Amino acid sequence: MANPNRSFTDQEAENITRVEELTYELKVEEVMTRDPFFVIPESKMNDLLELFRKNRISGTPVVVNHQLVGIVSIEDLIRCLQSNDLSSPVSKYMSTKLLTTRSTDPVIEALKLFVSSHYGRLPVLDEQGQLAGIITKGDITSGILKALQHDYQEEEIRRYRASHLFEDIVSDRSSLILRYNIKQGDFIHGGSASSAIKKALLRLGASPQIARRTSIAIYEAEMNLIIHTTQGGIIRVEIEPQQISINITDEGPGIEDVELAMRPGFSTATETVRELGFGAGMGLVNIQRCVDSMRLESVYGKGTNLRLKINLLEEESVGESSTPQKER
Amino acid sequence: MNVKDLVQLIDGHLLNPSANLDREIKGGCGADLMSDVLASIQPEAVLLTGLCNPQVIRTSMMADVAAIIIVRGKNIPKETVDLAIQEDIALISSPFGMFELAGRLYKAGLPSLESPVGDGICDCGE
Repeated sequence: MANPNRSFTDQEAENITRVEELTYELKVEEVMTRDPFFVIPESKMNDLLELFRKNRISGTPVVVNHQLVGIVSIEDLIRCLQSNDLSSPVSKYMSTKLLTTRSTDPVIEALKLFVSSHYGRLPVLDEQGQLAGIITKGDITSGILKALQHDYQEEEIRRYRASHLFEDIVSDRSSLILRYNIKQGDFIHGGSASSAIKKALLRLGASPQIARRTSIAIYEAEMNLIIHTTQGGIIRVEIEPQQISINITDEGPGIEDVELAMRPGFSTATETVRELGFGAGMGLVNIQRCVDSMRLESVYGKGTNLRLKINLLEEESVGESSTPQKER
Repeated sequence: MNVKDLVQLIDGHLLNPSANLDREIKGGCGADLMSDVLASIQPEAVLLTGLCNPQVIRTSMMADVAAIIIVRGKNIPKETVDLAIQEDIALISSPFGMFELAGRLYKAGLPSLESPVGDGICDCGE
């Protein structure tokens, strides 16, 4: 069992699963059985047998005035049956060598005790040292499963809410606008805006194909802002139920010859940019291939404006094509 | 073929062990120009590339790439590995070159997931 006080390496930290996390996050009191059945030392073993049989349990604490004095399990009952001694009191067969866990302990502490002791159940004590409940390995398993399911449901609800955003809000025309400021020369973060847009679209319920086409087009444009502009630029994405409109603007330097810039293979990129894997002169061609309409306007010396549209209604959308779409 | 089989097949080293080893790989694509990748790759492919900057991961994320192989075992920058962890895309380095790797994968049954250049873009002949 791992020592929780030891520090983790980054590598190990990455490999920790949600289940392992939960064993530290969940408290014993969150998974234990509260108000368990109990007996007193004077109870007869015969009554214990009835209690076990009726309630299908295999062990119970022995209590005097809320204080735990022992624990008696089915193994003790078997020993008693072998000696045909059912009229004896519980105190004769109970175990008083007690391992307990506290209600405020993380579940991992109880797990450690289970592993080192091979006991099937542990009494749980509250802060006053009184019996608060009982915990078994089964309680831990179902507690963790419940917590995992809760995590999953929360994520589902978030996804559901996002994907029904447009149905839940009533207006004559609803749209969601995302804006990103892109810095010139910021190659390290290049693509982070497109990546965020792709995730937003998927969360809003867009199909993987739509999310892919949109983000590829925006990614090429984002890299263009980083590579070619003097001061970076702005990406504005407007999402509506029937279409996605993308507007990418910058304030210079502008494109000298738009027609030439659109030609496959034409590029003004520097050697450094090419070493990064860009500047092959395919960016604008690639954008056009992914969108349903594209309009590029540029004034040399002033700036460039690129407007893209992707239709979300199936009959109007053309999908990702190997040849560029005609401008509309 | 899944990511685990792939790592074995190419004597690879998985740089982000947190990646999903069971992810299915449907085919392959090899390129060093990211625009070529974006223009040609179909979803769920393994990408063979000699580039190792963070843009490789970004490109792969946009294009739904299932795993990335960096050819000829280069030293891969930390930003690239960090981004691969964040985006949860398997990043593998292999000692072999692009041709050798493409050959091994093809022979093992992975089809090409590169779509050829469309009419009107290709400048070859005619």
